Amino acid sequence: MNDRDKSSALDSPATVKRILRVFYVICAVLFALDLVLSRHTIHTLEAIPGFYAIFGFACCVILVVIAKWMRTFLMRDETYYDNELKDGNDVDA
Amino acid sequence: MWTLELPPFAPFYLGALLVLIPHHTLRCLAMLLVPVLGAIQLMLLPPLMQVQMTFLGMELTPYRVDKLALLFGYIFHLAAFLAILYAFHVRDRVQQAAGLIYAGSGLGAVFAGDLVTLFIFWELLAFSSVFLVWARGTRRAYVTGLRYLVIQALSGVILLVGALFYWQEHGTLTFDYIGLSGMHGWLIFIALGIKCAFPFLHNWLTEAYPEATPTGTVFLSAFTTKAAVYVLARSYPGTELLVYIGAFMTCFPIFFAVIENDLRRVLAYSMINQIGFMVCGIGIGTALAINGAVAHAFNDILFKGLLFMAMGAVLHMTGRINGSDLGGLYKTMPKTTVFCLVGAASISAFPLFSGFVSKSLIMSAALDEGYHFIWLALLFASAGVFHHAGIKIPYFAFFAHDAGIRSADPPGNMLAAMFIAALICIGIGLYPAALYRLLPLDMAYTPYDTTHVLAQTQLLFFSALAFVWLNLARIYPPELRSVNLDFEWVYRKLAPALINQSVRITDAAKTLVSTAGERLVPLVNLAIRQLTRLSRSSLTGSMVFRVVVVLATGLALGVSL
Repeated sequence: MNDRDKSSALDSPATVKRILRVFYVICAVLFALDLVLSRHTIHTLEAIPGFYAIFGFACCVILVVIAKWMRTFLMRDETYYDNELKDGNDVDA
Repeated sequence: MWTLELPPFAPFYLGALLVLIPHHTLRCLAMLLVPVLGAIQLMLLPPLMQVQMTFLGMELTPYRVDKLALLFGYIFHLAAFLAILYAFHVRDRVQQAAGLIYAGSGLGAVFAGDLVTLFIFWELLAFSSVFLVWARGTRRAYVTGLRYLVIQALSGVILLVGALFYWQEHGTLTFDYIGLSGMHGWLIFIALGIKCAFPFLHNWLTEAYPEATPTGTVFLSAFTTKAAVYVLARSYPGTELLVYIGAFMTCFPIFFAVIENDLRRVLAYSMINQIGFMVCGIGIGTALAINGAVAHAFNDILFKGLLFMAMGAVLHMTGRINGSDLGGLYKTMPKTTVFCLVGAASISAFPLFSGFVSKSLIMSAALDEGYHFIWLALLFASAGVFHHAGIKIPYFAFFAHDAGIRSADPPGNMLAAMFIAALICIGIGLYPAALYRLLPLDMAYTPYDTTHVLAQTQLLFFSALAFVWLNLARIYPPELRSVNLDFEWVYRKLAPALINQSVRITDAAKTLVSTAGERLVPLVNLAIRQLTRLSRSSLTGSMVFRVVVVLATGLALGVSL
């Protein structure tokens, strides 16, 4: 994950690309491990190879897409509730 | 030993007097000693004991010790120590006293053995903590604090009424299993639901926690909700409704967290998500699930505290907390970045970090008990929490685009508190047996086997992959300066609007009636005059009197309308 590197070299796109490549390899290895190692499963879905990987990826995409759509009707200006601040007496701050 | 007679809240209440010490460093050191001494006293306690007394004909148990109470007792002492250390530089004595009384009230609630004692500490939690919100000193914090106080106090009142019903029903006030039976069961359930941030009762949390001071939020995040989880675990274990409420709590806040700009509010939403896991575990009710719920409460206090500390450090040093204003801070705040990443890994339940060893208990219990859809919901929420708390928080604060802010790491005391919290998060992750030993029920569980580790690592890495892809494809929603409507809209906008509307209608009705009355009076006067003239002439007095009475009644009716 690119988050883990702390050096300022993170600013250069080449470094970011290299870190991402390592990250992709780790993901691929994890997916492949599912085919090699046997997980003991309780639910039938769990038995699908790569279930957790696919589920995790799909969930996050769905989450973000829905959340983004929620913005269309939930988002208001930052000052939306500011009328509350005008009423009554001012407190000493 | 006499100290054993001293209930755990007492040192904290007495410690609040330490704010009278004039010298700043001396005062803070003395305050830091309070949780240390308290914890030592706790360790000397016998595993089971209670102190009983009779007050106004009620059998009260103000002080009851068992394994469940002790677990929360330990973590509350640890949380208080970390929060006081984190706030070591704060010179505001109101905050210092409020923090100690607040922590003491949390302990009082946890060691309460009857419902009246619980109610008293329940309200004290509310009244002491609101000062941590007000201490921010802004008009917004003042208004938010008022709303917070009203909601919290309401929870207490409902608890008290529920307790009275319970007393009437059972003839005792002992605080143990209650369950959802009868009026008392539901009332106490709702009171707990408010403090547990159940759906639609949750906005006090997302409103007040981001408005408190940087150090105040660290206190707030530890006690109120976790005391409620404790009470829920004691009085409603195995209540099936909680499974569904909990699962809903894990899912809905993550959508809000993705689009929220204020990073401390993101953490507040993620807190509801984490409490959802605990509530769900309590609802499942097996030994594994209950242990998972309380172990997760223990861990959440530490990693959520750590994340609030990291964000508090950012706010303290830069004066900003919106994701849209931050970015690139890892260059000048490297230590805070690392601590934040440890907190992020812990809350995301990465193997070798604390969240993993407690959350997997709840997940396994859900599967074992056949709650398959619930298990899928929890899995979705696990991916989601990694997405917003594990990636979004560190990414937008410390990485992302460089916002050009060059603030240094926070003062040493803040770093020390974060360091200790991070160390414990990793420690519990590496050696879960230390935490498992403190859990109230017997169970056999190994978190570290191929299945759990592989499944969780895959889930997290592919969630991260989704984040990377969404970012590269520019689908990920940018951080925007905005307010997102949540249920609070009902009482912040809708209710005031309705009240204004009804006031306007009442005003109009009043005007109508008074004008009508004004017109009626001369008419009636005229009628009376005519009648008097008539009565003086030929008609009998009694008949006139009757007519006058009828007219006067009509007048009275007209005026009163």
